[in-house]
Amino acid sequence: MIEIENVRKSFGTLEVLKGIDLTVQKGEVVTVIGGSGSGKSTLLTCINGLEPIDSGRILVDGTEVHAKATDLNRLRRKIGIVFQQFNAFPHLTVLENVMLAQVKVLKRPKAEAEAEAVKQLNHVGLGDKLAVYPSRLSGGQQQRMAIARALAMSPGYMLFDEVTSALDPQLVGEVLDTLRMLAREGMTMICVTHEMKFAREVSDRVAFFHKGVMAEIAPPDHLFGAPRDPELQKFLSATH
Amino acid sequence: MFNYTFQWKQALARLPQMLDGALVTMQIALLSMAIGILLAIVLTMFRLSGIRVLSAIARTWVEIARNTPALFQIYMAHFGLGSFGIYLSPFASILLGITFNNAGYLTENFRGALKAIPDTQARAARSLGFPQAGAFRYVVLPQMLRIAFLPMTNQMVWAILMTSLGVTVGMNSDLYGVTQDLNALTFRTFELFALAAVIFYVITKAITLGARLIAARLFRY
Amino acid sequence: MFDTALTSADFAFLARGAGVTILVTLIAVIAGTVLGIVFGVFRYQVGPLWAAPLTFVLDVFRSIPLLIQLVLANAFLGTILRLNLSGFTVACIILSLYTAAFCSEIVRGGIEAVPMTTRRAARSLGMSWGQDMWSIVLPLATRVALPSWIGLALGVMKDSALVYIVQVTELLKSTQILITRLQEPLLLLLICGAFYFVISFPLARLGGYLEKRWSHD
Repeated sequence: MIEIENVRKSFGTLEVLKGIDLTVQKGEVVTVIGGSGSGKSTLLTCINGLEPIDSGRILVDGTEVHAKATDLNRLRRKIGIVFQQFNAFPHLTVLENVMLAQVKVLKRPKAEAEAEAVKQLNHVGLGDKLAVYPSRLSGGQQQRMAIARALAMSPGYMLFDEVTSALDPQLVGEVLDTLRMLAREGMTMICVTHEMKFAREVSDRVAFFHKGVMAEIAPPDHLFGAPRDPELQKFLSATH
Repeated sequence: MFNYTFQWKQALARLPQMLDGALVTMQIALLSMAIGILLAIVLTMFRLSGIRVLSAIARTWVEIARNTPALFQIYMAHFGLGSFGIYLSPFASILLGITFNNAGYLTENFRGALKAIPDTQARAARSLGFPQAGAFRYVVLPQMLRIAFLPMTNQMVWAILMTSLGVTVGMNSDLYGVTQDLNALTFRTFELFALAAVIFYVITKAITLGARLIAARLFRY
Repeated sequence: MFDTALTSADFAFLARGAGVTILVTLIAVIAGTVLGIVFGVFRYQVGPLWAAPLTFVLDVFRSIPLLIQLVLANAFLGTILRLNLSGFTVACIILSLYTAAFCSEIVRGGIEAVPMTTRRAARSLGMSWGQDMWSIVLPLATRVALPSWIGLALGVMKDSALVYIVQVTELLKSTQILITRLQEPLLLLLICGAFYFVISFPLARLGGYLEKRWSHD
């Protein structure tokens, strides 16, 4: 379970998160929508401790992320994150990309790490690209590799930060299909996205962020079918 | 050219001794590069550490190495340390001087290479649970060394050329030192040093070519 | 350390050496740059094949130790050609050629960095080769080349420490002479090093600044 309690965060004088409260249950899929600068991406990087917060607290399975005593490196093994930029490690093959953290961070034996990497890469449809360097992959393939890399760490939660935003339109579908598959398999996920159709399909709940505030959160049918927040109504009519 | 008779045979007869010297020259250059690269990696980590004292040490090292003559740095190793009661052999002096120089220039090269690696790489590694040092070691460092490979090759060539300065602190077993000693025996200055020049030329070209081959094998991405 | 046997005469001696260092450097950088521009433009104009012999010769200057270049030149000009040249002249000749070898690379790189489309545009406006070179290529190539050129000039100053081998008493040699006489290596070396540093450091920073500024627009 991820519990976010009254989290505030500023960059200089700009307050990007103005007291966010959100609880994500095990097995739940929550998507976050909203305009750029609404703070939705920042929230994800706060959840895995890449960004500090100013006040409030975030608990992952009961561990407070920003507490001094928390071993962030250990905690991050539980939380997979995939970014907008693919962040493939260019000097490693696809297989090595997915094996590296397993071997060096989790200290898995090489054979085991390789088996897990192959399994995850097959899962995302890259089983035939094991020995290839990322520079030879399309953006969609690189992004699926990044997903496999995160999944290979056997995380309890997956965070997706606008993972299709940097992709050519024709490559968006293959990545969203991968996310749909994970959702079906029961992975606990928070997805920040601009893909409304996708959000509607996979989410248990959809949250709308506006200027650092979570203006509305509801199951997709309610949120898209009968939006109450005026800013959300404006946002939805602009994106349709 | 007019009254001068070239005596190439006399010089060529000394070729084996000079080749022995060339081996010593390559030894010094290789050692100074190997240690220099390690030191430059440490200095780079100093720079990135965010700890004031450490980054000041790195900056001072780099600026002294780049803004004073290599010969000055060798004198410092030899005569300068002597003031502190540390007397280095010619071999140690030249090795220390060149290594100091290499480490400074390489640190600067690494700085440039790091600029070409997006911050998101380290971030991605951290989000996989790597501690800061692990992210540097396994994700940033290999890419940095790849990007800095050509400048490193150039520095290796400089290291070879700099070994000739060893003669100023009494080194006589390297290529330049051997040539100088042979010259004192035979006075065939032009022939001997021309031969040494050819050997130096061949060594530097071999390094450049070899580096290209290694790069092609090593960096297939 | 401050209790020193260093006299004002010794300082004058060091200053003389510093003067020689600066003089040799200035001559070599000026002559070497002029030559380097000529060689660089020539190599660019005739193409790699016809420039190959020149490229090879220039590459030799960059591939063998400067010390050996000086010894060879001294032996060749003195013992073989029997020209009665001073060490200072030999030093200036070799350092100039040495500078030219590096400078021609910088010049060629600078010219190649000017986009062909820009030059075609100039020529299609009716500019002659000379006008194109002077008012299009020169200003643009200078931007690319100037930071490297500053680095080269400073490199030549530091490398000029090697001309002691042809009996030119420049700064480092002067320092060494005093070290032998006064037995105060550390103080003397620090003075000498500080001199190089004070000249080199600000200019190197300037080069770095220009590179940064010009690579951004």
